Amino acid sequence: MKITLKTLLLAGAMAMASTMAHADCGIKSGSVRILSNDFAALKVVAAAAEECASATVKITKNQTAEHKNLQVPALTANPAEYTIAMVANNSVVPLLSGGLIRPLDDLVAKYGKDLQPNQLIKIDGKVMAVAFMANSQHLFYRKDMLAKAGIAAPKTYEDVLAAAKTLQDKGVVKYPLGAADKAGWDLAAEFVNMYLGYGGEFFEPGSAKLAINNEKGKATLATMLALTKFMSPDYLTYGADELNKDYQGGKIAISNNWGSLAGAAVDPKVATADVVANTVFAGAPTVGGGTTPAAALWWDGFSIAKNISDEDADASFQAMMHGTAPEIAAKNPQAATWLIKGYKPGPTAAGVIDTATGGAKPYPMVPYMGLLHTALSTGLADFIKGSQDADKAMAGVEAAYNAAAKEGGFLK
Amino acid sequence: MPHRTFLAFILPSIVAMLLFIATPIVSIVVQSLYIQHDKILVMSETCQPLGGCVKETRVDSEATEKIRREQPLGKFNGFGIYEDHNHLAFLDIGNIVSANAGFFEKVSRLYDLPFYRALVFTLTYALTVTPLAMCLGFVIALAVNAVPKFIKGPVIFFSLLPMVVTPLIGSLVVFWMINAEGILGAAIQHITNNPDLSLKASPTMTWITLICYGIWTNAPFSFIVFYSGLQTVPSDTMESAMIDGASRFQRVRFVILPTLLPLAVFVTLVQLMDNFRVLEPIIGFNAAANATSLSYSIYTALNNQSAQLFSSAAATSVLTITGVIILLTPILIRTAREFGFRT
Repeated sequence: MKITLKTLLLAGAMAMASTMAHADCGIKSGSVRILSNDFAALKVVAAAAEECASATVKITKNQTAEHKNLQVPALTANPAEYTIAMVANNSVVPLLSGGLIRPLDDLVAKYGKDLQPNQLIKIDGKVMAVAFMANSQHLFYRKDMLAKAGIAAPKTYEDVLAAAKTLQDKGVVKYPLGAADKAGWDLAAEFVNMYLGYGGEFFEPGSAKLAINNEKGKATLATMLALTKFMSPDYLTYGADELNKDYQGGKIAISNNWGSLAGAAVDPKVATADVVANTVFAGAPTVGGGTTPAAALWWDGFSIAKNISDEDADASFQAMMHGTAPEIAAKNPQAATWLIKGYKPGPTAAGVIDTATGGAKPYPMVPYMGLLHTALSTGLADFIKGSQDADKAMAGVEAAYNAAAKEGGFLK
Repeated sequence: MPHRTFLAFILPSIVAMLLFIATPIVSIVVQSLYIQHDKILVMSETCQPLGGCVKETRVDSEATEKIRREQPLGKFNGFGIYEDHNHLAFLDIGNIVSANAGFFEKVSRLYDLPFYRALVFTLTYALTVTPLAMCLGFVIALAVNAVPKFIKGPVIFFSLLPMVVTPLIGSLVVFWMINAEGILGAAIQHITNNPDLSLKASPTMTWITLICYGIWTNAPFSFIVFYSGLQTVPSDTMESAMIDGASRFQRVRFVILPTLLPLAVFVTLVQLMDNFRVLEPIIGFNAAANATSLSYSIYTALNNQSAQLFSSAAATSVLTITGVIILLTPILIRTAREFGFRT
């Protein structure tokens, strides 16, 4: 009796497992190997793509924050270690520079019936990547705290600073502001956001010569520094994830964080009830009288490796079409601001959409932007902790960038 | 032993050392002399989902790849990388020294140079953590040696625990504990009665935190070596010292310490090398704003969002090796003298 029950259960479980694993993606055969960053929305997409696995289709994935370091060597190999690289504005650039990804026009024509035109990233008319979600940093704020202090919703960084002062003066919250100012990638991203808000250009047109050492650059630094006065003294150690934890705990009134973390910020499992009930997601503020939101726009999407067989490329593209199908976005509206057909944005997408419709600029895709980002990530730390003046910080960043750009072959 | 037998005996070691130590060092030295080829840049039209289409520069991958295939090592640059702003920065130093500024201003400008900033922390860390961790390890060894036999096993096990924890994990755990909301951070605020005190905000506090963490994680190694050394201290010498009326301190000073000296030299060597390549605590504590090390510079050169800067990383590695050699030379010379070799 016991054995029969066990066998029955086992058989049932196996049947369920096999039905779950066998979504009909229309793939005949092939090997699909995914490399991607590691956050909620990408996990949703990769898990959905994995449903295409069958006896003839093998699907593996590696989701790690280290993907940017792995991708170039992995796709340079022939055959490439991964068939799919999930990429964003910044991480697609080294793949393009190295000629490591293939044009997708024929695959889009064959399998991309559900794709929308604005999902296609085109370089000189050729589709090189397909985006499925948008992202940007924007405001997460607590309407209850603002109401208590009698403050209207902030639209500019000047509003944010005034609101922070009022919140602190009235004792509503000790450290009203939060931003991902962790020395490193995060800090540099904050500079990029604010500098775009001031309408700055990073490079002289058509060259790798740096152009941030100007009035706009200094205004950017001054505003960033002014904001830190209202943050927890540990602000230099707060990356996006650490910041979100503090926000979930109700310690921050106005936080500037990623749209992709909005769902987590109001997840009742981890956030306090006040935070869940009173959080508003709004577009990134403008700054210095400008009209451009002070945040870079990002997309996340995928590219297909060049050094793989056409069979694997077909299989990979089809698996990703399943992974980013309209029903995936419909089923997971909280996970991201999808660019996928039929997606109805929920409240957690409001911030990114506001930022985009407000006319925010995309994160630059020029090949030497990564070197500038690295130079900013180490060069601004002293300034933002208040122990270096803006001129020196700018000069340091410029010198570090010039040395790196020379090494990279971009500057003579 | 006949020469042939001796040769056959050590040949495997020599081959292994050549393969795994000498070759990589030669390879990084060569790598550090070359930089990437000039990139062929072209203007192209880039269309993105939300930003529309713009004309941007792009690397002509085929043309660039062709040059790279012809000369895979890259463009010869001599010692250019070593001299640039991100490394030894000779030009910057020249400017700073000849600048019309006060002494402290000059020092502060020198400290703004990334390599020297990393070097100052690396040296401070290696030169404070090594002796302090050894002292702590020695004290623990003496204490453990004195506890009754039946609890010795568990005590040794617990004393070794800090070494068992991976440095990255350990520092992450402590990072959250010293957060203003964490148990240690809150306790320190309570004790000092200063609700704004943060162990992570000021450079001094960050350095102290990192050094304390280093001592904690390094002490067990010294402890276990010294503890095993204590077992070899001749008991008759100890007894005669006791009969002569030596106090406990005098016995440690005049009997135990001289016996353990060769061990201490060995531990110093190992620990100095270990501490000179400090990296994990800086990452675990998110401390890069206040403290960077040479290894951290290598890490950022290889871990950035565009292509890796291999030449930079190689140059910093060569400089690190040079640093280790300079640090260890005095100790090695001393040891050689003590063991009667003529240098």
